[in-house]
Order: sequence, then C-alpha cells, then structure tokens
Amino acid sequence: MNSNVSITNPSVSIRDLSLSFGAVSVLQNLDLDIRDGEFLVLLGSSGCGKSTLLNCIAGLLEPTDGQIFIKEKNVTWEEPKDRGIGMVFQSYALYPQMTVEKNLSFGLRVAKVPKEEIDKRVARAAEILQIGPLLKRKPAELSGGQRQRVAIGRALVRDVDVFLFDEPLSNLDAKLRSELRVEIKRLHQSLKNTMIYVTHDQIEALTLADRIAIMKSGVIQQLDDPIHIYNRPKNLFVAGFIGSPSMNFLRGELAEEGGRVVFRTHGVNFSLDRYDAAEPLRAGRKVVLGVRPEHITVDGKTGGETHEAVVDIEEPMGADNLLWLKHAGHTLSVRIGGARRYAVGSKVELSFDMSLASLFDAETEDRI
Amino acid sequence: MADIGTLNRTAAGFDAVADRVASGPRGRRPRRALSPRNIMLYGTLFVAALYYLLPLYVMVVTSLKGMPEIRMGNIFSPPMEITFEPWVKAWAEACTGLNCDGLSRGFWNSVRILVPSVVVSIAVASVSGYSLANWRFKGSELFFSILIIGAFIPYQVMIYPVVIVLRELGVYGTLTGLVIVHTIFGMPILTLLFRNYFASLPVELFKAARIDGAGFWSIYFRIMLPMALPIFVVAMILQVTGIWNDFLFGVVFTRPDTYPMTVQLNNIVNSVQGVKEYNVNMAATLLTGAVPLIVYFVSGRLFVRGIAAGAVKG
Ligand SMILES: Nc1ncnc2c1ncn2[C@@H]1O[C@H](COP(=O)(O)OP(=O)(O)OP(=O)(O)O)[C@@H](O)[C@H]1O
Ligand SMILES: [Mg+2]
Repeated sequence: MNSNVSITNPSVSIRDLSLSFGAVSVLQNLDLDIRDGEFLVLLGSSGCGKSTLLNCIAGLLEPTDGQIFIKEKNVTWEEPKDRGIGMVFQSYALYPQMTVEKNLSFGLRVAKVPKEEIDKRVARAAEILQIGPLLKRKPAELSGGQRQRVAIGRALVRDVDVFLFDEPLSNLDAKLRSELRVEIKRLHQSLKNTMIYVTHDQIEALTLADRIAIMKSGVIQQLDDPIHIYNRPKNLFVAGFIGSPSMNFLRGELAEEGGRVVFRTHGVNFSLDRYDAAEPLRAGRKVVLGVRPEHITVDGKTGGETHEAVVDIEEPMGADNLLWLKHAGHTLSVRIGGARRYAVGSKVELSFDMSLASLFDAETEDRI
Repeated sequence: MADIGTLNRTAAGFDAVADRVASGPRGRRPRRALSPRNIMLYGTLFVAALYYLLPLYVMVVTSLKGMPEIRMGNIFSPPMEITFEPWVKAWAEACTGLNCDGLSRGFWNSVRILVPSVVVSIAVASVSGYSLANWRFKGSELFFSILIIGAFIPYQVMIYPVVIVLRELGVYGTLTGLVIVHTIFGMPILTLLFRNYFASLPVELFKAARIDGAGFWSIYFRIMLPMALPIFVVAMILQVTGIWNDFLFGVVFTRPDTYPMTVQLNNIVNSVQGVKEYNVNMAATLLTGAVPLIVYFVSGRLFVRGIAAGAVKG
C-alpha cells in the first residue's frame, strides 16, 4: 500500500482512510497521494467504493478512521466548503428553480462575494464552457450536455484547488460523451487544477488520466499511469478489468524444456525467453498467462515460435477484425486488421508477443 | 415505349396502395359510446355523485325556504319563494348560550385559531421533515418512528394529560393553547409528508448545496423551499380542513366566548328550547362547511399535483 505514498507536496493525500456503514466496511485503510495538477482517475466496478471515497474527500461523508489532507492542510474535520473543492455529479444536481446564472453564482452569493466579482467570475466560466447564451435559462430548458457544462461551471466559478468528478458523463449519449471528454481534458490542460475523476468507463480512464487507480471492494489494486496499467497489470483483477475485449488468460504451469523455463498448458509449450519477469521463474509453479488480443499475430512472418489454431468465430468491427480461435483447449480472441478476413474453420499460425504478455501466480494472482 | 410501360406499372402500384389504405383500418380506432365498459363506468360515477350531491341539494333547498313551507314536508321540492332570511339569521342573529350574534363570532374565532395553527404547524413540520430527510442525526430514525406511532394513538387518550399540561403552562382555555394543541397533533402526519417529499428529492442537490457552502437554513430556504411548493399546498389543505372541522379540541380547550364555529354550530343545531328552525340550521351548516369547500375548489388541482409529486412516494 505504501507505494501509493511517495510524492512530495501532494495536492490531496489520504492516510489510512477507513469507512464503514454500520457493519458494512466500504473502505479499508486506504492510502493515496495525488500530485498537484494531476488528473487522477478512480476506476472500478460498481459498488467498489469510488463514490464513497470521493464523498469522503469532499467532506460529505465522515470517515470512520484516517485523515485527509488537501494542500498540506488536514481537512478531516473541515466543512465541505472550506476544503477548496468543487464537485460535479452524474445527475448534474442543478438547482431546478434557479437560472443557469444563479446556479453558477449560488456558492459565491452564499459566501457574500461582492457583486462585480461574481459577475466577472460567472462571465469567465461561461466563456470557458461556452454557455454564455444559456445564462438566463432554467436547467429544465437545457440538454444533458449543457446541464453538465453548467455543473462543471459551478465548480469553476468557485476557484477551487481540486475538482471532484463523480461519473460526470455517464448520463450522456456516446457522441456527447466523447465530445465532453475532450473538453474536460482541455479544461484540465488550461486550468492545471488537480482533478479526481470517478468512472467505470475504461476508455475515459485511459484517455483522460495521468494516473489511474483501479479499485476493488474498497482497496486500490494498482495506481499507475495508463500505459503501465494496460501493459503491466499488477494482478489478475487489473488485467481482466482493463481492455476490451479482455485479455486472454491461459491456465498452466511453468516447466523446463532444454534448460529453459517455459509456460506449459495442455501439453503445449510457450517460450518465455522474451518475458520480462520481476522474479526468477521456477519450474512447477502454477501460473496464468495473460495475452491481450492485439499482442497475438496471425500468420505473421516472425520466424519465431508459432502455434496452430482454428478460426471459430469472426467479428468484423470496421477498423479491426476480431477472431475467436480454438487453441489447445482454450478460446483465444485475436485482433487483426479489418481488411484481413478468415473463413470459419480455417487453420492459422499464431505467434505470441511475450514481451507484452503478463504472467500471474495462480494462487496469489499477483504478477510474476 | 419501355419507359411508358414502367410508368403505367408504377401508377397501378399507387392505386393498389390507395385501395388498401381506403379499405383497411386507419388512424384512431373508433370506440362505441355505449359500450358495457362505459355504462359501468359512468353509471358508477353517477351513483357516487348522486349519493353526495343529494344531501347537499336538500340542504341548499331547505335553507332557502321559509318555515311554513318546510312544514309541508316535501324536502326535495325546490322553494316556492326564495328567502335569504335563514342565512342572515344563522350568520348574525341565532342564539347560542348567552350571545345572540349568530355564527359570525364562531367564524372569527375559527379564523383566529386556523391561521396561526396552520402557519405554525406547517413551518415546524417542514423544517423537521427536512432535517429528518437530509441531516440524519444520531437517533433520527428512532425519533421518526416514535413520531409516526404518534399518528396512530387516538386523540381521546391524550386529552386529559394535555389539559393538565396546558393548565400548568397557564394557557388552558385560551386561543394560544388551542393553537399549540393543533400544532402538536398535526405534527406526525405533516412531518411524514414533508420528510418523504424531501427524501424523494435527489440527494446530490443537497450535497451540491453543501459544497457551495450553504448551511442548514440557507439550504432550507433557498434550495428546498422553492422546490416544495406542491407539498406545502397539500399540507395546507390537510391542515385547513382538519383544523376548521375540528370539534373535539375546540370544545375541550376553549371557553364559550372563544368557541370555534363548529362548536357554535353544534350549539345552534342542538339547542333544545323553542321550535327547530331547520332552514337556519341548514344555512348555518352550509356556512360552516363553506371554508373547506372553497379551499378544495381553489386548490384542488394543486392538491392532486402535490400528492402525485411525492406525498405517496416512499
Ligand atoms: N448510505 C449507505 N449505507 C449503506 N451502504 C452504503 C451506503 N452508501 C453506499 N453503500 C455501499 O457502499 C458500497 C460502495 O458504494 P459506492 O457508492 O461508493 O460505490 P461506487 O463505486 O461509486 O459504485 P458505482 O460505480 O455504482 O457508482 C456499496 O456496496 C454500497 O452498497
Ligand atoms: Mg458511484
């Protein structure tokens, strides 16, 4: 866990945070440091405690134990408004009876900021988010995308250090979602605020994040940049969670062949010469080999070790073509170029790129 | 030539389509006005309406007749000559106990009881419902359960203790005392109403307001209140009709000169001396019932909308 805590001058840092609702423990001894200006994405399946963690940072939920620091200040007992955070919710949460302008300025009016200052900040936020023409409308008269812009604007006008997003794009259709995703990225690049972003959309996570924290039942499984999360998953859960279609897993064991350790499954050996192991490989260990669909080459001219497989199903997806293959008792998915087509039942030669594969212990499910 | 052939064939195709459209079912399906379903539906509605309207009709008709005409006994026949004498008498001259200034005294007493009771009970209940829904404190669920149980205890059980409490407070027999009683007894149902309404609003709204720095009162007045208008109308109707129609508390907790209208009505109608003036009694009853009726007619539509907006949601 301490690998999450290694940053000097963190913008947000969470120490030993636990939270339980009665007997249900949602977060357990969670440690997390977030750099100043970092875009951190919390990713995990439904119910794993992402929103709970975000609500703790915002001060909307009281932790059972642990501390929260924002800008080096212990805010564990502070009111939400005194933490220097702004929050954007999935359901927008705009005040229905107020116009967009009043929605934006509500926090400032509560804080008794002078009128000219309010006008200035609202105008600036409206310009950044391109909602100027909507200022006199009520939330009911806006589209989903416009509502979410206003919700972001509400955090923007308050000049906060940290932005918290709780699945802000989940209620939008696919096209709007990708548009607003780009806009949030642009916003982050121009504001350079710290942003913590909860989602269960891995595309959002991979495209937006400086670092991704993958959570499972209240525990952070891996905290790393998107490349590492994708290519060097720390355990079986992370490997299976990220990537669509998901990684191929082959259960087998390590064996000796000609003085070298190889991966063996159903009597077939795979060379591990190019695998970058974190610890010495010993024959006899039960392991799981994980290979992403795009790291298997079909009928390539690699000259290395190849394995024969039979095409089972073909799924053309435009740019790509996804092949489902039968190989030594496993079903493998392989991604190839959209122009290459194979008939069902045809035999193909596969070569595995072991330098990008992952090997996990079958017992602990950790990466080897 | 080939072109013309094609054209002809196309035209024939159009004709076929037109035929099909003309002959087959199209648009809204016709419904028979006198279907068994409609007969049942309107028949039931008619009977129900008659059941409630007939007594009202008799009352109105009787209140417009003179006593000689009433004695003839045709209670359903319309008045032969309309007189407003009974109404005037009921309002300004009928005798109850020592006073002979009609129901007008009771009316103003009722107004003096009604206005503060409605305002205070709704104000207290909306704030407590809001805090129970949004500011859960330790034991708030228990508190709420106890309050709900309170709604099921018959009032009669509590009258004597309440009399003692009011006496100790020195407000027994005053309008203030009655206002306090109405406020307390309105609390369970009104708090339930408001709590459920506020609980049905999205929590994120409340969270967003807290992040924006608004406190307990500022969220209540600036965020919750403007969204709760329908439920306020529902609460108001419940309280206005409930308090106006109240007889028990009125007769127990006030003195003759502060009797509410319902108690006075009872005294007029049930007075044993002299002849029974049915026309005056009818007029007095209609006058007493007028306030809740008017409230329903004016705000009935809002009432339905408020009920639909959340009062019945968990
Ligand atoms: N008020 C509450 N009382 C009891 N349990 C709760 C409460 N709020 C959340 N939980 C539980 O805590 C767990 C984590 O909830 P949380 O809302 O943080 O999940 P999440 O990761 O945000 O999921 P999603 O992706 O669906 O939003 C869930 O199992 C949920 O049932
Ligand atoms: Mg959530």
